[in-house]
Amino acid sequence: MIHLAYPLLLSAMLFSAGVYGVLARRNAILVLMSIELMLNAVNVNLVAFSQYLHQLTGQIFALFVITVAAAEIGIGLAIVILIYRNRESVDVDKIDLLKW
Amino acid sequence: MSAGDIAFVIVLAVGTFAAIRLVTSRNVVRAALYLVVTLATVAASYILLGAEFVGWVQVLIYVGAIVVLVLFGLMLTRAPIGRDTLDNQQRGVAAAVAVVVLAGLAYLVLDAFGGVRFAVPATKVSEVGASLFSGYVLPFEVVSVLLLAALIGAVVIARKDERDDAATQGEPRGAARGART
Repeated sequence: MIHLAYPLLLSAMLFSAGVYGVLARRNAILVLMSIELMLNAVNVNLVAFSQYLHQLTGQIFALFVITVAAAEIGIGLAIVILIYRNRESVDVDKIDLLKW
Repeated sequence: MSAGDIAFVIVLAVGTFAAIRLVTSRNVVRAALYLVVTLATVAASYILLGAEFVGWVQVLIYVGAIVVLVLFGLMLTRAPIGRDTLDNQQRGVAAAVAVVVLAGLAYLVLDAFGGVRFAVPATKVSEVGASLFSGYVLPFEVVSVLLLAALIGAVVIARKDERDDAATQGEPRGAARGART
């Protein structure tokens, strides 16, 4: 018997840390890592409720989220490396060409 | 408190510490190594929840593959080290937003599921497999196509365009590019 609140609190912690990282970091790779943190928070919730409700759907969905996250980090790093090659920097504050 | 509760409190403490160090660390490589710890505690929480298969998939894909990919990304992009170059000036606002999000989520969780306890069911891998290949075949195939598209896309985006380089030789595209070559 475990408390359902523990996994949910772990998820909340990871998500808030990810929010802080996305907002405060300048290095694009660190921002990508923070996004991974938030995706993991979602997965913890999915698995916790899947086990609590005795339904496998949550775990299947967590597997899909992990796969999509892997694709996302691959494309994200490719874009970061391309930006680095063109601009010699991965500072997201300086990549503001599309800002108004 | 049962043994599962104690184990989960330890996982919660380690995960919290590692996640906070991950987003506040001043060294990018150290941040990547804290990412390993965080992802491993998430895998531990899956296993404590009885979701064995998802736990090992987490270890294989996240700790095994994604962290290596991130480390390669860090190696290929020369990142300066230090607080001012890694964090921007919105640290205070970001911290406030994160604390508000955490407080809101924690209040909701404790309000809705504060005293809920449940016996952890052990999910068999065979059940996950049967469910994945009976009811979720179509999403599974779509995800495989998505992975293929991402693979090709990453290769096309990240590779050096040789013809382009030959065409623009002698007139570099930007000052930074000219400075490097």
